[in-house]
Amino acid sequence: MTAAIEVRDLVKTYGDTRAVDGLSFSVEEGEVFAILGPNGAGKSTTVEILEGHRPRTGGDVTVLGVDPGSAGSGFRDRLGIVLQSAGIDRELTVREVLEYYRTAYSRPRDVNELIELVELGEKADDRVGTLSGGQQRRVDLALGLVGDPDLIFLDEPTTGFDPAARRRSWDLIRNLTSLGRTIVLTTHYLDEAETLADRVAVLAGGRIVAEGTPSALRESLGEGTRISFELPAVDEPLNALLDPLRGTSRGRDRRIEITTDAPTADLAHITAWATSRGIELAGLQVTSTELEDVYLDLVGEDA
Amino acid sequence: MRRNVRLLVHQVRAQNRFFWRVPVGAFFTLILPILMLVLFVALFGNDLDFDGPAGASVSAAQFYTPALAVFAVGSATYTNIAINLSTRREDGILRRVRGTPLPPWIYMAGAILSSVWIALVSAAIMVTLGVIAYDVNIELAKVPAMIVTFAVGSATFATLGVALAGVARSASSASALANATILPMAFISNIFIDLGADPPRWLRVTADVLPLKYFGVAFSEAMNPWSDAPAFVPDRLGVMALWLVVGALIARWRFRWDPIPGSTGCSARRGRRSAS
Repeated sequence: MTAAIEVRDLVKTYGDTRAVDGLSFSVEEGEVFAILGPNGAGKSTTVEILEGHRPRTGGDVTVLGVDPGSAGSGFRDRLGIVLQSAGIDRELTVREVLEYYRTAYSRPRDVNELIELVELGEKADDRVGTLSGGQQRRVDLALGLVGDPDLIFLDEPTTGFDPAARRRSWDLIRNLTSLGRTIVLTTHYLDEAETLADRVAVLAGGRIVAEGTPSALRESLGEGTRISFELPAVDEPLNALLDPLRGTSRGRDRRIEITTDAPTADLAHITAWATSRGIELAGLQVTSTELEDVYLDLVGEDA
Repeated sequence: MRRNVRLLVHQVRAQNRFFWRVPVGAFFTLILPILMLVLFVALFGNDLDFDGPAGASVSAAQFYTPALAVFAVGSATYTNIAINLSTRREDGILRRVRGTPLPPWIYMAGAILSSVWIALVSAAIMVTLGVIAYDVNIELAKVPAMIVTFAVGSATFATLGVALAGVARSASSASALANATILPMAFISNIFIDLGADPPRWLRVTADVLPLKYFGVAFSEAMNPWSDAPAFVPDRLGVMALWLVVGALIARWRFRWDPIPGSTGCSARRGRRSAS
């Protein structure tokens, strides 16, 4: 496989702020790559540099074999960009908008086919301004595909969607991946990255804090079991309870949370400690940690 | 090259369609100046009360037809382009265009040429109405002067429209700025009223610096029954061309394709459109 995108030591500064602080990653052809991170992590800046919309401060970037900073219309001919912030001419119908933009490309896709693909058949002759937000986003998506691109950038494709619309969009995007196109996706939804991406890079403060397949991320980040219960009302220090545990414990909102790889042993110790003192542990729970927790730990946000 | 021509033709036609899709905008651009012609002639009568360009008296219709044709060209180019480009920038449409392989200059040329075409339609309706309804003078020998004046004038005001879209931070400020500049300029440039031989000095000096007066004078001269064919006024056209260069420099310096952070609608892109 060859790399569709190659990024080395990418830096972007605005004044004294380092919005992107030394990113390196590569995306293979045909891969779905998710850039996951909270708002302000540097996702949009990174993608805009890859698209050739924004100059970089330093580092090497190669996209589809060329430097996007100096690439011309031949480069954009192979690109599909679905931007959250790009508007559509509201006075035109869905069909007219697609007809209008397709002329710019050297190998445009069939308009009817596209309308089918994004399931807007019934709205094809309605003006874009009269469509719902979700329908307009599907027009966005169709416009991103109108040039039959080799590489597609999806900028937060389901932000602001209701759950049903999200599922539908995910199906649609999975459809694209089966066509063998390379897709770069930015999102701040963990489940979205997990559902759609072959590989995820977690971005925080302009740096990659973790990278890998969704399942590898789970493993490497110490997925385990979480035991939690309310702080017991006892007159002694909790050392006798906490010190022998194999997992790590912390207090949070008047609860004690223990994340552990040895849930059976730790649970036995905790219950032994409590029964020997005749205490009932209120709100005792044993759950497996979600990728969500791992992610929130990584980007330094409390849920 | 042939591909570019094809793309350009497609752009002009598409942008024309955008124009007709917003009937309010089309009304203001095309009908309002014509309405003004009818009203002014009705109000002032059609006697020989107005100062023609060469100092001779002309009828109200002879004064207003070329003047309002020039005003119609100004609003079809300057006002329309400034509002359209800044609205599309604010809505993120220009950003989308930049992400396609369409060369930016073709998009820009399409916007300019389509508004020049609308300006041409508007001016043609005005002149035709003047000739048919009010017996306004038009001579075949002076038609080339009319055409050249139109070409230079529409190019100048279209370029100034792009420049204004570059200076304005939002669509609503572009709309306000366009009207706040072209309307007072029309009042002091013998477009809406005949200032006579002796207007206040500061008004005359201001009008002399700005391009609209020269556009009006050159076009009136080409239609003036007392002027000699071919009725070219190169110095007036030269001043306009100077403004064209100034506008082009400002546009080049200031025009941006990306939405300006902090301008209204840049994040909430849908559901809003300023009247043009």
